[in-house]
Order: sequence, then structure tokens, then C-alpha cells
Amino acid sequence: MGTGEYLFLFRGLQWTLALSAVAFACGALSGLPIALARTSPWPVLQRLTAGYIALFQGTPLLMQLFVTYYGLALLGLSLDAWVAVAIGFTLHASAYLGEIWRGAIEAVPSGQSEAAKALNLGYASRMVDVVLPQALRISLPATIGFLVQLIKGTSLAAFVGFTELARSGSQLSNQIFKPLLVFGIVGALYFAICWPLSLYGARLERRLAGTAR
Amino acid sequence: MIVLEHVQKHFGAFQALFDINLSVRAGEKIVLCGPSGSGKSTLIRCINYLEQSEGRIIVGNVELSAGSKAVNAVRSDIGMVFQQFNLFPHLTVLQNCTLAPRRTRRLSKADAEAKARELLARVKIFDQADKYPAQLSGGQQQRVAIARALCLEPKVMLFDEPTSALDPEMVKEVLDTMVSLAEDGMTMICVTHEMGFARRIADRVIFMAQGRIVEEGPPAEFFGNPKHERTRKFLGEILPSSGTPIVPPTTPLK
Ligand SMILES: Nc1ncnc2c1ncn2[C@@H]1O[C@H](COP(=O)(O)OP(=O)(O)O)[C@@H](O)[C@H]1O
Ligand SMILES: [Mg+2]
Repeated sequence: MGTGEYLFLFRGLQWTLALSAVAFACGALSGLPIALARTSPWPVLQRLTAGYIALFQGTPLLMQLFVTYYGLALLGLSLDAWVAVAIGFTLHASAYLGEIWRGAIEAVPSGQSEAAKALNLGYASRMVDVVLPQALRISLPATIGFLVQLIKGTSLAAFVGFTELARSGSQLSNQIFKPLLVFGIVGALYFAICWPLSLYGARLERRLAGTAR
Repeated sequence: MIVLEHVQKHFGAFQALFDINLSVRAGEKIVLCGPSGSGKSTLIRCINYLEQSEGRIIVGNVELSAGSKAVNAVRSDIGMVFQQFNLFPHLTVLQNCTLAPRRTRRLSKADAEAKARELLARVKIFDQADKYPAQLSGGQQQRVAIARALCLEPKVMLFDEPTSALDPEMVKEVLDTMVSLAEDGMTMICVTHEMGFARRIADRVIFMAQGRIVEEGPPAEFFGNPKHERTRKFLGEILPSSGTPIVPPTTPLK
């Protein structure tokens, strides 16, 4: 394998990272309102978001990608493969992060929001100043765990023709007929990104357990 | 100051409060006691709308109703101290005390901090303003919780078993703080089984059982000559046979 081949794989890696970053950022932005709606006092919002979360947790990620990819085309939106895939992963991430953060919000002792209510703090302040900072801390290990899953999951984008790291790998191995070497390198690249994140998540989890009240 | 008329509370099919009628004058100190599960917490939580109840509750000149305007008006007049302190663990002592004044009163940071430091000094928390709650003892945390509530300049303070979660050696420092608050004329409703404290500051002691007010009276009468069998039984259980309180009497703050 020469420099050209390595560069080809790195371009794939860049797309994997870009897709992961966009899906995680947009998923987080929409996952937070989903978590808030899921824990809100309004039954309609609770049920809507519960259904949304159940839908995405109960179906394979690949199906979700196919449905958004071809579904958006069917709706007459001729989007870039990249945009369609990013939308698919964003929906997926929003549901999972929404559920992780719902759990974290509910794990904050109820005495915290009661004390905030007794201090006459309104809903926004109760959430922003009191509940969410504590929930975020509680949720960090699970959030990082999901990010790792998401990065590995972006390899499924290959099925709808999006050339990220995994698809770059299969294209390259078809050219140079060294599948073991190529996929070994591809695997090592995924590992080099995901393993430190996992370690960091595990460390946070231990630290959190150590300071649990 | 506070009027409760025919207040009832249901949790699903379970009725926790039955026809509670109570009127508290400004400056009056009420001690609420009774066996566990008798509805004491539920009753005081209804007063600041942590629980929704049936019947009428009037605080100051505002009648409590579902609208946020009435709820905010009532809550801004009432401070509450919980058994488990419920300080915000991710904020320092000072931030715990300044959060609500800055958000609800729109006080500047400097003004809110000056006020908080003054009240922290009053509950004898010196030089701990920048610590986190977990770095303080239980007694200190509960005094911070009292200061935090006082920062909103409430007209009434509700206490829900403020010393029950404390190690015995810390009970006194919290009771002393409450005594000094009482001596300054605060209107107080305290759920507590510290009968020494009740004798000392209560204008009225109220005994509840099974969601009802069974008996009420000035402490001398209440302890000296309880009318109801249930009250006598309860007092027999929490007071030693000699009739002296289990807890050491509190001494004034000076
Ligand atoms: N959120 C709740 N849901 C259902 N039942 C409750 C709830 N809170 C309190 N109760 C019930 O109401 C009764 C009175 O509780 P509480 O007011 O906490 O008693 P106390 O403070 O006197 O020990 C108890 O039987 C308790 O189980
Ligand atoms: Mg109670």
C-alpha cells in the first residue's frame, strides 16, 4: 500500500468523523428537547416523545437509514447522499440521546426540583440552573458510550452509497486485492478513535461513582 | 397570615388529609407533630403548592389556585427547609444562596452576594461561602438551607423535620438557629419532634394523626394536660416517663 492508498482511507476517515460529529451535534440539539418533553408534566408531549424513542430503539439503524434515504427522495427532496445520511443519523441520535438524558433527568433526586420550586424558581431556571447540570454529569458516561456506538454505526452509511471509512476500505480492497491488510487498517483506525473515548467514559463513570452522594 | 379551610388531599384513592382547618397569625410559631405518615409533610407542602389540594389556602392576601400568578405570589412569601437539606450540590454555598434572588428578584450579583453573606453570618456559617455543600457537615448544610430560604425575605418559614436527618451532636446548632429566627418574630410552621424546642418557642402545638388535626393548644396545656387518648399515647412514646424532653434544652444564640 502506497501513500495514495493511505490518503484514500484517510479521506474516508474524514467523512466518518464529519458524519459522526454532525449526527452527534444535531442529535444532541434535538435530543435535549425530546428529553425535556419526555419528562414534562404534559401527557401529550410525554406520549409523543415516548413513541418517537420507541420507534428508533425498536428498529435496526440500517432500516432507519434506508427509510430516511429513500423516503426523503420519495417526498421529492433530491438531497445530497451526505445530507440524507446525516438526517438519518441525526434522527437516530436524537432518539437515543433523548432517552439517555430522560433517564439522567429522572435520576436527579426529586428534592432538587422541589427545593427549586420552594425558592419560586420557574421551569426554565429549575431546568437550566438546577436539574440539567446534575443530569448532564450523571449522563456523561452513557452519552460517551453512545457516541462510540454512533461512530461505529456510521459504517452503515456505506449501504446507501455514502463513502465513509468502511466503504473506502471495501473499494480499496477491491482494487488492490488485499482485504485482510486493508480491513485491518480500517479496523485499527476505528479502534484508535473509539478506544480512547471508551476509556474516558469508563474513567468518568468511576469518578462519578466515587463522588456519589 | 395563613388560612386553611377544609383542606383535603388525595393521592389517587388514598386520602392523606381530611378537612384541615387552620389559621396562623403573623408572627405565630406553630409546631406540628404526630406519628409518621399522619400527613404533616403533606400539609405543609400544600401550603406552598408542592402538593395540589382541595379546599382553600390563603397566604397573606393571596388565595392559592392553579394559576402560576397565585402560586408565584404565595411561594415568594414562603421559605421552606427540608429534612434532607436539598442544597444544590453543583453550586457553592454562596451560589446556592444567590441563585433564587438573582433569578426571581433580578438582584445584581453583587447585591445578591452581599445579602447572602449577611444571612450566612447570621446562621453562623463563616468563611465557608465558597465551599460545596458536600464539604460541610449536616448541621452546617441545614443552616445554609435556612440562609438560602431567608435570602428571599420570606414572611413565613416552613420546616419539615429539619433535624431528623442530623447526627445528634448537630441538632442543637440547627435548633438554636431556628430559635433565633423565632425570636426575631418570623412566622413559622415547624414539623418536628423536638419537644424541648416546641415548649420553648411554640405558641401552639398541633397534633395530627391519620390525616386529621386531633388536638391543638399552647405547649404548657398540650404537654401538661393532653385531652385525647391518641395524644397521650404519642407523647408517652416520644417523651421519657418523667415528661422531660429527650433533647437537651436549647440555649439562646448570643
Ligand atoms: N406522593 C405520594 N404518593 C402517594 N402517597 C403519598 C405521597 N406522599 C405521601 N403519601 C402518603 O400520605 C400519607 C402522609 O404522608 P406524609 O405527609 O409524608 O406523613 P408525615 O410527614 O406525617 O410522616 C402517608 O400515608 C404517605 O404514604
Ligand atoms: Mg414527613
